[in-house]
Amino acid sequence: MDILMNSVLVLFGLGLVTSVVLSVASVVLRVEEDPRVEAVAEALPGANCGGCGFAGCDSYAAAVVNDPKVGPDKCVACNAETAAQIGVLTGKAVCAGEPQVSFRRCVKTEGKVKKKFAYQGVTSCAAAARLQNGPDACRFSCLGFGDCMRACPFDAMFLHDDLVWIIAEKCTSCGVCVRTCPHDILEIIPQAARVQVYCSSQDKGKAVKDVCEAGCIACGMCVKKCPAGAVSERNGRIYIDHAKCIEYGPSCEEVCAEKCPRSILRRMQLGAQKAEEAA
Amino acid sequence: MDYFLMFISAIFVNNILLAQYLGNCPYLGCSKEKGVSIGMGFAVVFVAVMATAFTFIIQKYILVPYDLGYLQTIVFILVIAGLVQFVEMFLKRMVPPLYKSLGIFLPLITTNCAVLGIAILVQRKEYDFATAVFYSFAAGMGFMLALVLMAGIRERLAIARVPKAFEGTAIGLVMAGLMSLAFFAFKGMIA
Repeated sequence: MDILMNSVLVLFGLGLVTSVVLSVASVVLRVEEDPRVEAVAEALPGANCGGCGFAGCDSYAAAVVNDPKVGPDKCVACNAETAAQIGVLTGKAVCAGEPQVSFRRCVKTEGKVKKKFAYQGVTSCAAAARLQNGPDACRFSCLGFGDCMRACPFDAMFLHDDLVWIIAEKCTSCGVCVRTCPHDILEIIPQAARVQVYCSSQDKGKAVKDVCEAGCIACGMCVKKCPAGAVSERNGRIYIDHAKCIEYGPSCEEVCAEKCPRSILRRMQLGAQKAEEAA
Repeated sequence: MDYFLMFISAIFVNNILLAQYLGNCPYLGCSKEKGVSIGMGFAVVFVAVMATAFTFIIQKYILVPYDLGYLQTIVFILVIAGLVQFVEMFLKRMVPPLYKSLGIFLPLITTNCAVLGIAILVQRKEYDFATAVFYSFAAGMGFMLALVLMAGIRERLAIARVPKAFEGTAIGLVMAGLMSLAFFAFKGMIA
């Protein structure tokens, strides 16, 4: 009988002590957490894409509430409404970010890029790129295995015709795909951009002509013709300073796109990628 | 036993994970990245030392005098769980940097079998208080060593070509077995 009583009493006592200590501790040691952090975290999409530059939605929420330098419009996946909501929650002014979109700088199917060899390994761009820079004859092509598509947190990409396509309405320009692509052919551009560059090759003209009918030969025509000085060439690849280009306005009538002998530069078409989806 | 020998024994010969097979859940769950495994390792060391010290006192002054040895497991679990909860709250309030690095692991190992195992092992081996605390520290370090080694291997496995059926946890278990075999080479070095 003694043992029974003792065991019940000891367990009861220990349980009681533990619970009392814990309840006292929970009051005494309570940490005031800013309720705004939770509110902001709830307003965010919760996709943890990292497009804002923070580790995830929660860490961005903590940063935007606690750090006065972090703006409420850093979330690329939010619309202006959510940004405004976060602005209200944190008491910060919203200056809406320009809508951007991911863009693939490669049209290897138009250029009839041949295969160097039949690749039969793991269906992943990262793996394929390690083997002789991928099975395509061009070293800089879209490999079309869809690493970016799988990485995309918003399901905004699809594979078609050995290339990856971006659904502009779904793309939030978080940049996950840009960081994933082993050939660095994806680029974030403003939706208001006037011209796109459809090639990312860094090879010399002859080498490009040998493998692709639609590749950039870096002739420099666009660089010379642009009245705004917005087009530049670095390491054989053409870059457009979209801010300068948009600022200059339509009076140049996209002379770069007109003059490009190989139609590498084309007028911005968001719709083209959507139409492709239906096909 | 000499402290140094005990340290070596607890880390290599009688490694809590690889020779005694305790705490396999975090061993597989927290060994995908080295940074995470180091955090988890320190959390285990920390909690194991505290839990051993606490349960040692409880065993000596409550369980033994009242002849309640058969309640050991349930009492230890209760005490360790309460202790970890308390430590978590304490750290959150008083030492935020430490909480940031250990915080997410503390609830995970509330009643981890490695922690409970260490607390019970020191009772079975009938150590005195100082030896028990030291042993729990050494065993925790052994846990951390195994965890970090495993994380290093699994980081490499992530880029290796593993047959589809073996991907993820399956190959992790195979690796755990191989590591365990490797550590058997230490068997017999020290009792």
